[in-house]
Amino acid sequence: MAKKRELKSLLADYAVPIVFIGLSAVAIPLSGFSATYLIQEMLTRLARNSFLVLSLLIPILAGMGLNFGMVLGAMAGQIGLIFVTDWAVAGWQGMLLAAIVGMPIAILLGYICGAVLNRAKGREMVTSYILGFFINGVYQLIVLYCMGNIIPISNPQLVLSRGYGIRNAINLTGLRHTLDNLIPLQIGTISVPVATYILIGAFCLFIIWFRRTKLGQDMRALGQDMAVADAAGIPVERTRIIAIVISTVLACFGQIIFLQNIGTMNTYNSHDQAGMFAIAAILIGGASVSRATITNVFVGVVLFHLMFVVSPMAGKELIGQAQLGEYFRVFVSYGIIALALVLHAWRRMRDKIEARRSLRGE
Amino acid sequence: MQKFIEDAGWPRIIIGLFLCALFIAAPFVGVRIDASLSDTLVRVGMNGILVLAMVPMIQSGCGLNFGLPLGIISGLLGAVTSIQIGIRGGVGFLIAATIAIPIAVVLGWLYGQLLNRVKGDEMMIATYVGFSSVAVMCIAWLLLPYTSPTMIWGYGGSGLRTTISVEGFWLNALSKYVKIQIGEFFYVPVGMFVFFATIAFLVWAFFRTKVGTAMTAVGSNPEFARASGINVDRMRTLSVILSTVLGAIGILVYEQSFGFIQLYMGPFYMAFPAVAAILLGGASVNKASIINVVVGTFLFQGILTMTPSVINSVMQTDMSEVIRIIVSNGMILYALTRKVVVKR
Repeated sequence: MAKKRELKSLLADYAVPIVFIGLSAVAIPLSGFSATYLIQEMLTRLARNSFLVLSLLIPILAGMGLNFGMVLGAMAGQIGLIFVTDWAVAGWQGMLLAAIVGMPIAILLGYICGAVLNRAKGREMVTSYILGFFINGVYQLIVLYCMGNIIPISNPQLVLSRGYGIRNAINLTGLRHTLDNLIPLQIGTISVPVATYILIGAFCLFIIWFRRTKLGQDMRALGQDMAVADAAGIPVERTRIIAIVISTVLACFGQIIFLQNIGTMNTYNSHDQAGMFAIAAILIGGASVSRATITNVFVGVVLFHLMFVVSPMAGKELIGQAQLGEYFRVFVSYGIIALALVLHAWRRMRDKIEARRSLRGE
Repeated sequence: MQKFIEDAGWPRIIIGLFLCALFIAAPFVGVRIDASLSDTLVRVGMNGILVLAMVPMIQSGCGLNFGLPLGIISGLLGAVTSIQIGIRGGVGFLIAATIAIPIAVVLGWLYGQLLNRVKGDEMMIATYVGFSSVAVMCIAWLLLPYTSPTMIWGYGGSGLRTTISVEGFWLNALSKYVKIQIGEFFYVPVGMFVFFATIAFLVWAFFRTKVGTAMTAVGSNPEFARASGINVDRMRTLSVILSTVLGAIGILVYEQSFGFIQLYMGPFYMAFPAVAAILLGGASVNKASIINVVVGTFLFQGILTMTPSVINSVMQTDMSEVIRIIVSNGMILYALTRKVVVKR
């Protein structure tokens, strides 16, 4: 009986990745892509997205759930990129400058986000989600109406023809692939963006180190039980704000790395997708709302993007309509988040029942 | 005065004053007050029932119904099926509703079962259930075997269009009854309002029955409700079904006035304006009344109607979209962060 229960709970823990591996196993042969193509795609996408996804780890550690507010950081990064493009600073110096410009904005936004979430304990996720929409409104107000008249923008190519407001798409020619090609490496026909991976590796080390610091331990205690942590003298609200600020700043860097790989910036849409894709990816990797590891991030990015590349083709081969695969992909990204949230809530209830059962001495 | 401010809450007062200012400013910038007032009223009638769909779930403690798209989808299925059948006028509208309601009941029941298993996390899950159901329906709209030539893509000959006109079927099926026309610009679609009022009255009356009271009790204090012999899960399921059905009826009323059925990604963000409206009207995350619905819908739709026309004339730009985003999400944010006891 106990064994059966264990197996069941193991299956429930890894339900999402299992479903996903199954889906990919069906879709890859259907799509007819070659192995080299897929490996190249995965390497590129892993470099492009990992940093953004990693930024989600620290709030999960602090028990604040999935930080839907990471789009705030993405917006800060984009504002940095707009200025750098305006000043025409190219190369890695440009990226660094974008990060320097974006960082104070990210810290400010992260602080706001943390303060708001402290007022909504127990429903951080939905609140940070709505906060993302709200700040998106403010972002549009600034970028669409204030830039070009109140905030000077000298490059006319960035500004809409009416004289103010930033264009819908910005070409990041000067920054394109600068980080990816900093240390070029070619294996056969596959090119590997070494510098980006070094950065991601360094960041993983940072997270491992951070977990061992006093602050990291405090956060873990918070994640276990907020009341106990408070009683133990951990400054709950302050620690929570720090967790969100770190996450927001990292998301800001992540978005800059993401966009230097893409090469064009969709001024009013890029950040929206950043949040959704990152969260879907980490959940697909087997993370839950309360527990996530670095492995989850990488597994998740690979599986999610495998689906991303493969599903339109698979849809086309299977039913003859690429649009169908596209909709299927949209469904998968949202459905997986829904499924993961449901499983998490379910597990919490199950744990409660287990706890009650153990109290009865069964 | 102090008490009034406390009761109404600052955001509501600010937005109310903003709306007043817009109405006062309107004539000076060449916007006709009677036309905009009439527009506002029409929009209130259009959106009222969608906002009303929030009430049962809030009252039973299921939180804000971000899963409204589920109800909307049922309504859309009813709408396209009635056009496929091809019956015109009020009867067509009725048929649409008759088809939509059973679908809404089934979907609502399933949705309610799900929400009962995830108590405490309803809102986030509801949002994503709404989103994924819209995505599923995107696939379904492409594949469902509808054949009416007014609805499917001209080329290819299969798959429904993104927007379908209801003109010639049941455009203004409710609005056209007893249309009061004063002057050239001011008109009130009384038929639609009577319908809205009837539904609102039914919901109001429902919450005065035994079952309705039990539902409110579940929302106020589930432990207490359980102790007094109320089946908590059943009440919650019932409230979710009710919300979903109201969502289905709501979208039909919306469409008969708007004139178009929006498929595919159309229902995606429809929950947010409705949520914002009821919160603007003074509801909180776990308490809502019909007054909240009416006041909130009027304020919210008033701002939506007035900002484009007035702000555009003043500043020569269209800021309405940005203002809409900030106002609606700001309002939801305010409600979520109010210091209320969070139950876990």
